[in-house]
Amino acid sequence: MTGILSLITFAPVLGAALILALRAGRTASPRGDDLARWIAFGASLATLGLSVLLTLRFDTANGGFQFVEDIPWFAGLHYRMGVDGVSVLFVLLTAFLTPLCIAASWKSVEQRVTSYMVAFLLLEALVIGVFCALDLVLFYVFFEFGLAPMFLIIGIWGGKRRVYAAFKFFLYTLLGSVLMLAAVLAMIGAAGTSSIPDLMTFRFEPWMQTWLWLAFFASFAVKMPMWPVHTWLPDAHVEAPTAGSVILAGILLKMGGYGFLRFSLPMFPDASQAFAPLVFALSAIAIVYTSLVAFRQTDIKKLIAYSSVAHMGFVTMGIFSFDVLGVQGAIFQMLSHGVISGALFLCVGVVYDRMHTHEISVFGGLVNRMPLYAAIFLLFTMGNVGLPGTSGFIGEIMTLTGVYFSSTWTAVIATTGVILSAVYALTLYRRVVFGEMTNPALADITDVDLREILIFLPLVIATLWLGFQPGLVFNVTASSVDGLLDAFRTAVGN
Amino acid sequence: MFATDLALATPLLILAGAALLLLVVGAYLPRPERLVGLGAMAALAASAVAAVTGPQGQAFSGALTADAASVFAQVVICLGSLVAIPLGQAWFERRGIRHFEFPVLILLAALGMGMMAGAGDLLSLYIGVELQSLALYVLAALQRDDAKASEAGLKYFVLGALSSGLLLYGASLVYGFSGAIGFDEIAAAVKGEAGTGVLFGLIFMVCGLAFKVSAAPFHMWTPDVYEGAPTPVVAFFAGAPKLAAMLLFARVLAEAFPLAADQWRQVLILIALASVAVGAFAGLAQTNLKRLWAYSSIANVGYAVLGLAAGTAQGVQAMLVFMALYTVAVIGFFACLAALSRNGRPLETLDDMAGLFQQRPWLSLALTVFALSGLGLPPFAGFWGKYYVFMAAVNAGDPILLWSAVAALVGSVIAAFYYLRLVKVMWFDPAPGETDRPPVEAGAIAVGAAAFTFPVVLGLMPLIDHYAKAAAAALGLG
Repeated sequence: MTGILSLITFAPVLGAALILALRAGRTASPRGDDLARWIAFGASLATLGLSVLLTLRFDTANGGFQFVEDIPWFAGLHYRMGVDGVSVLFVLLTAFLTPLCIAASWKSVEQRVTSYMVAFLLLEALVIGVFCALDLVLFYVFFEFGLAPMFLIIGIWGGKRRVYAAFKFFLYTLLGSVLMLAAVLAMIGAAGTSSIPDLMTFRFEPWMQTWLWLAFFASFAVKMPMWPVHTWLPDAHVEAPTAGSVILAGILLKMGGYGFLRFSLPMFPDASQAFAPLVFALSAIAIVYTSLVAFRQTDIKKLIAYSSVAHMGFVTMGIFSFDVLGVQGAIFQMLSHGVISGALFLCVGVVYDRMHTHEISVFGGLVNRMPLYAAIFLLFTMGNVGLPGTSGFIGEIMTLTGVYFSSTWTAVIATTGVILSAVYALTLYRRVVFGEMTNPALADITDVDLREILIFLPLVIATLWLGFQPGLVFNVTASSVDGLLDAFRTAVGN
Repeated sequence: MFATDLALATPLLILAGAALLLLVVGAYLPRPERLVGLGAMAALAASAVAAVTGPQGQAFSGALTADAASVFAQVVICLGSLVAIPLGQAWFERRGIRHFEFPVLILLAALGMGMMAGAGDLLSLYIGVELQSLALYVLAALQRDDAKASEAGLKYFVLGALSSGLLLYGASLVYGFSGAIGFDEIAAAVKGEAGTGVLFGLIFMVCGLAFKVSAAPFHMWTPDVYEGAPTPVVAFFAGAPKLAAMLLFARVLAEAFPLAADQWRQVLILIALASVAVGAFAGLAQTNLKRLWAYSSIANVGYAVLGLAAGTAQGVQAMLVFMALYTVAVIGFFACLAALSRNGRPLETLDDMAGLFQQRPWLSLALTVFALSGLGLPPFAGFWGKYYVFMAAVNAGDPILLWSAVAALVGSVIAAFYYLRLVKVMWFDPAPGETDRPPVEAGAIAVGAAAFTFPVVLGLMPLIDHYAKAAAAALGLG
């Protein structure tokens, strides 16, 4: 099975290359656009198939890195890939969401379809690469390069203020990441290796850990995003096309949480412990503040964007509880949020395709015309609120329990976030779906069609399945999380 | 003895001989342009091969050095000059200018660069710099009926003469206080830290060289010259000559003043940070792409100088990798500009590029690659150059250098804005009208250079790394 990770990572690139080979330089035509769509869909499905195979073959009892590939490159760098329990499910999540995104863009993206599909496949490849890379510089390459396709996706196919949003997204994240680059160079200089597994066992001097932790934090906090560096996210979400929002909320945000688990905790344990109160404070503020902000939004996408920031607050809090429950919960919350927020943005996409707006005030009474849509939207709203039985519940309860032991006050404040999320999410649902249908433009709006049902079906199944059988996830993550936390405790000495 | 000297100088003798021969051929044949062009290209290729296969050692009592560093530079110089010939000839021909002197001037400039790369004493240093500069002044003004080009040539000449004066004055001070002209002898005479007189000379030389590579605060000529000079000529002199000048810079510092590193490092850090800052901030206000890329080159030279400031073999290696990769990218960028026009008018401003992706997908993809590479986005070539430079700065173990590296990184985020703006206008904005069909040679060079910048560079990095390392080791820093 060696080589499967490279295959998964580069399968989308092959698809993109095929599209370019067949379509580059030709004028757009409906048939040509369809060809690009089918190739992209096929490539993403192939990636999904390989990822499922990867997950099935993954040895859950082994807490170390599996399917490792290692080819020396230059200047001491290696092309080194591998997955462990923390990363393998993110690969699967990426491969799971991308075909849905491509299917969701089938009709809503009509301009420059070829470029869109190429950009999307490239983005998928780079995100998978981020989760598989076991070399620090290789990780950085995948992490940074992903900005370029996302910049184009927002900037070309986005809404009215797309240019502003694209620049804000790019420059915000770039500033965070160049600080990380400085830290990467310092780490390679001090440890003499760029291998992530080796660096995980290398002990940096405590003073150095502090600086390195802060540099990585600058990058990951922007990516997550954490309060107060979250302001790029609502703009990016509102302007991005539907599928762009799904990828952004579903996967790109997870790279921050993944980064904390892969780098900050194992490589800078002392600094992580020292800065945990800071993370707790920022997370608690994020949960309460952005929930309140979400409540006041007039744009559906912006509201969900702020709710994402709040949910990511649970993740950061859980990770820095250094507790098995908290960390497992954080990983689960990321996966669950990937599915649910992705689904919510797709729900917005459904009405956006029909009405070309995501202002809340335009809608109301949709249940009269779109009963099926109302049911689907309800399920994901409940998932967002964290109703038991949906996957949203598991992540919240576990992170809260985990944090309760290390910082009771944080847990108490964060718990109000659960209530606040019910307030804004249910209010949104009421204003969009229930009530009188006052807007005459809505009179002949149609319910979800078969294509849309087929897109939502896997997401519905995933939400409920993870809600009732969370053990599926924990089974995969357990060994690696245990290993991570054992090493952490040994390192900080308690 | 003399035979050995000649063998060591073969790569340069080929260029010199070919230049003289082609000048005579050009003067007597009726339509010599094509023949002279091909002959010059053959001479450049032969010179590169001779450099790679030839012997290494010191020639003419140490005046000329043939080592791994000069070979590395010679190969890049010859390749950079080689592509400039078809690019420039076709460009001038389309404008009705048929000078067979163009390839000859390129050969002479390459000869000067070769001497700079292999200079072993102050005399060959000065001769190399002057030979190269004089050829470039003429090249800049080659379009002599064009007021802007003449202005560019004159400005380049006047300010270039000033910097040559600084260089020569510095060299004479160094000679006067050390009593030697060979780099090795100067190092032996200075012994350790430089005294006031020698230091004075060194600073003057550093200023002169900083002018030649267009590092701040000696950068003022760059935007005007880049804007005014013919585009293919800019493609030529924005790349290879700077590599040659940077290597000469490294030679002077590493071979003549190896023990004064703590003294020259501060000056270099200052130059590097000033260049990065000027390049980043002044570039924000530019709308003309040639001016914009002039500021971009100022910032890029800042990074190269930062590598040199590390004062280690790793730093020199970083500088060489950076400049070699930059040379390809900058040639490609100006080849794009040379290829693009609308109704016969060249596309030179940001607004001209609007909607280019719809019209010329391959060229705008190439421009996107160069913009992202200039921005330093991984895994484009520009990133790897910066990676080496920052790695060297971090490993030098000097906290000031470490913080300078962080500052330079932040500078690259500021500069990111104008690179992104170019991407934005090409991809996001609607096109104002049809563009002309791009000429084959410029398009091919542009796309080829873009393909090198990404993704070919990823496969070639092990080779570049290896040869740059050997080159840096030849300079003898720790």
